[in-house]
Amino acid sequence: MNKQLKSLTRTVFGMFIVLFFAVTMIQFVSADELRAHELNGRTLKNSYKVERGSILVEGDPIAYSTATQDDYRFIRQYTDGPLYAPVTGYYSHTQGMTGLEQAMNQDLSGLGNTQFFTRLMRTITGVEPQGSSVETTIDAEAQRAALEAMAGYEGAVIALEPDTGRILAMVSTPSFDPNLLSSNNDAEIITNYRQLEADASQPLINRTIGGDLYHPGSTYKLLVAAAAVESGAATVDSTFDNPASLTLPQSTAVMQNASRTTCGPGSDVSLMQAMVYSCNIPFAELAMSMDRDAVPKMARAFGFDQELSIPLTVTPSTSPNPMDAAQTALSSIGQLDVRSTPLQMAMVAAGIANDGVVMTPYLVDRVITPDLRTERQYEPQVFSNPISAKTAESLTEMMERVVSDTDGTGHVAAVPGVRIAGKTGTAENGTDADGNERPYTLWFTGFAPVDNPKVAIAVVIENGGGAAHEFIGSSYDLPTTVGKQVMEAVLGQ
Amino acid sequence: MSAPRTFDTNASAKSETVLQRITALRQPRLLRGLELSLTVFALCIGIGAVVVIDLTLFGEVTTTLLPAGVPYVLAVLALHVVVRRVAPDADPLIVPIATLLNTVGIAQIYRIDVSKDLVGWDAVSVRQLVWSAVAVVVAILVVTLIRNHLVLFRYTYLMGLGAVVLLLLPMLPGIGQEINGARVWIHIGSFSFQPGEIAKILLAVFFAGYLVRNRDALSMVGKKFLGIRFPRGRDLGPLVAFWLIAMLVLVFQRDLGTSLLYFGLFLSMLYIATGRIGWIVLGVGLFLVGGIAASQTLDYVGNRFANWLDPFSDPLGASYQLVQGLFGMANGGMTGTGLGQGYPGDTPLSQSDYIFASLGEELGLVGLFVILAAYLILVGRALRIGFAGQDDFGKLLAAGLGFTLALQVFIVVGGVTRVIPLTGLTAPFLAAGGSSLVSNWIIIALLLRLSNAVRNRPKLVIRA
Repeated sequence: MNKQLKSLTRTVFGMFIVLFFAVTMIQFVSADELRAHELNGRTLKNSYKVERGSILVEGDPIAYSTATQDDYRFIRQYTDGPLYAPVTGYYSHTQGMTGLEQAMNQDLSGLGNTQFFTRLMRTITGVEPQGSSVETTIDAEAQRAALEAMAGYEGAVIALEPDTGRILAMVSTPSFDPNLLSSNNDAEIITNYRQLEADASQPLINRTIGGDLYHPGSTYKLLVAAAAVESGAATVDSTFDNPASLTLPQSTAVMQNASRTTCGPGSDVSLMQAMVYSCNIPFAELAMSMDRDAVPKMARAFGFDQELSIPLTVTPSTSPNPMDAAQTALSSIGQLDVRSTPLQMAMVAAGIANDGVVMTPYLVDRVITPDLRTERQYEPQVFSNPISAKTAESLTEMMERVVSDTDGTGHVAAVPGVRIAGKTGTAENGTDADGNERPYTLWFTGFAPVDNPKVAIAVVIENGGGAAHEFIGSSYDLPTTVGKQVMEAVLGQ
Repeated sequence: MSAPRTFDTNASAKSETVLQRITALRQPRLLRGLELSLTVFALCIGIGAVVVIDLTLFGEVTTTLLPAGVPYVLAVLALHVVVRRVAPDADPLIVPIATLLNTVGIAQIYRIDVSKDLVGWDAVSVRQLVWSAVAVVVAILVVTLIRNHLVLFRYTYLMGLGAVVLLLLPMLPGIGQEINGARVWIHIGSFSFQPGEIAKILLAVFFAGYLVRNRDALSMVGKKFLGIRFPRGRDLGPLVAFWLIAMLVLVFQRDLGTSLLYFGLFLSMLYIATGRIGWIVLGVGLFLVGGIAASQTLDYVGNRFANWLDPFSDPLGASYQLVQGLFGMANGGMTGTGLGQGYPGDTPLSQSDYIFASLGEELGLVGLFVILAAYLILVGRALRIGFAGQDDFGKLLAAGLGFTLALQVFIVVGGVTRVIPLTGLTAPFLAAGGSSLVSNWIIIALLLRLSNAVRNRPKLVIRA
């Protein structure tokens, strides 16, 4: 009988080894994955227990926790809530988290793996647990200027430092006050959240990196020009036929310039001229003369169709390959299926400004422990190198003329004594259910100063400037003014 | 093969006989002192845990558990005293380990009571303490009344009949009761009990007695197939009969775990008695066929299989408990959140079926390893009694009881950790539930009795 007992004992040992293994798999190997699961309510509850770290702009807290006497022990508060809402997001007991509150939760709540030993030491020494603080890359003055300039408009502004990728301003309007969602009164939060959620202007969405994205319109011509100049298909001085209208191949669609006439006098028009007046037909001709995939390929090199985390998750901009010549023509002027976030177009401008090197945009400068030690420093990283310095120089030359030429579409952005490069865009959005044309999306993107770029920017204003401009405002005027004011705010320091 | 040593003793070895080399007649050491200190230690761990919970959640030590706790502690100490009297040679680790698991379970149940604001007689922990005291008293009675385990051998068939009656009780209209879909409860007045828990022990006794009597017939050589000898068709009777009983439990009582436990117990004892691996192959095959058929035809079995394979397909519905258990255990991680600092109450049935996940959340991987190790040692002691047993009935019974414990732990923990589909069994000693406590403490009493019979022989000490 002992022989059988021996094999039974082995079986029992085998069973227990399986259990030891299974428990280890759950509590050690896949624990982080389970903790990060979206349905895991325990993760949020854990974060209530610690004094959450602050989110800082230039050393001043814009989001911070203060102690309370109630069960939650702390309350989250935001200084200048609406101003920084796209950056901080909200931290809510019932509605979860967004923005940096969500993206940096592990650090803010002190529950990140890097803080394991700090946490252990605190447990041993009996010090109350505390989360780390997050210093952002935001420039307070640029942020404020951007929000003020956007007063009355729905849209977004994003400003980057071209040679590093640091995000200097991130504004999405209309904004909201995160304090409405972070109180310790659950019923109040739910009421406020329902209200914000029901708002047709969607204040909870960060338009700079998400939402439904926008047609980039004429700002996309920068990528057509980049593809052409980089491949040698064209130079600044190349000329194109200059008709008043162009019937697209194999279709009945007719393309016109914004002026509804030819692009300036003469039977020919140069690339420079087409850029300065933002004419559609020459760019359509140029795109159709190249390989059909050339422009989407260039767009992807600048970041279209790529996942990006800054560390907020950025919705990838789209630039599908056109199926035929007509689609190539329409895509080349940023219509059809081409859609972009403001951040993406800012990356295009920043890449041109930075001699053809696109830097990865980032919003967090460093993570600071409660005892003011720098726990993690974010360094600039190269995102891609889509064009040569020479191509960048040609594009810059054209963009500068857009602003400096008195007839250029971006002339409103001109600042005496500063060399500014820019490009406007007016994107059509099709017709609504009643057949009326929807208001245009107005764009401005650019950088300054040309000789030593400090800021690259993208501005989007929805609905043709809104009711104040009878929904027919112009990109030459509204977003260009906003862009100018934000660039001035950065350069004025 | 140590040559120098042989060389040294070469001369004397010739002149000495074995009898001359016997230097002493060593009485086995009485290990009751060890048992007492370990038991007190186990109680201290439980009491310490309750104090930690109080300090964490209230900031002060409360006395809510004191009225029910004192009788329990006294009962455990009484058990020790009784064992000293009636089973002085019993294995010294059995009582401390059972006490450890029992008290740790009570502490964790108390912690969840606090999070659910349960106090007084509504508090599961208070009832668990009372039941624990009752269970330990029952163990004292068993160890006192059954002075020789061979008494049980005499009542083999009565035990078998008793087991069948107990199994049938919940099916009787009037006293039978269905809880959470399983019809395994009887309910008289305000008192409910799971007779299947006691049936488990009666079955072990019955199998041991039956197999010792009939194993010659059952180990008859049959045809050989794929290198394994299978029994003859005419000897299949008992296997098929018991397979039918297990299937009846599965279909009518709707209790997959119990069905698996009974059948596993039967197969393991059949194997120990006969040494024929063919029985295992046949039995496991039959059970798989039954189980797969059940998963296709019975909704509750099918759902459990579906949840097991993909818990995240319906994380807010059918597999809510499984997913919450996993989240809880992940929340505990390596070292656990610490008692009173996790959210074990978020998981349904966190005090009974999911006590293991609750412990994992607050005591961490480290704590679970300790608990699993405690179970393993307990099962190991039982198997060791099986090895050292003097009579076949005792050997078979000890091994059977040990294996039931091991299998039950495997089914419960394996269910929680997704090794096997989740079933409704409870973790022995840890989980809230009176019937389970009484039955497991009876197992402890039987193991004490069996180990006493093994150990009380003096040993000859022979000089090397």
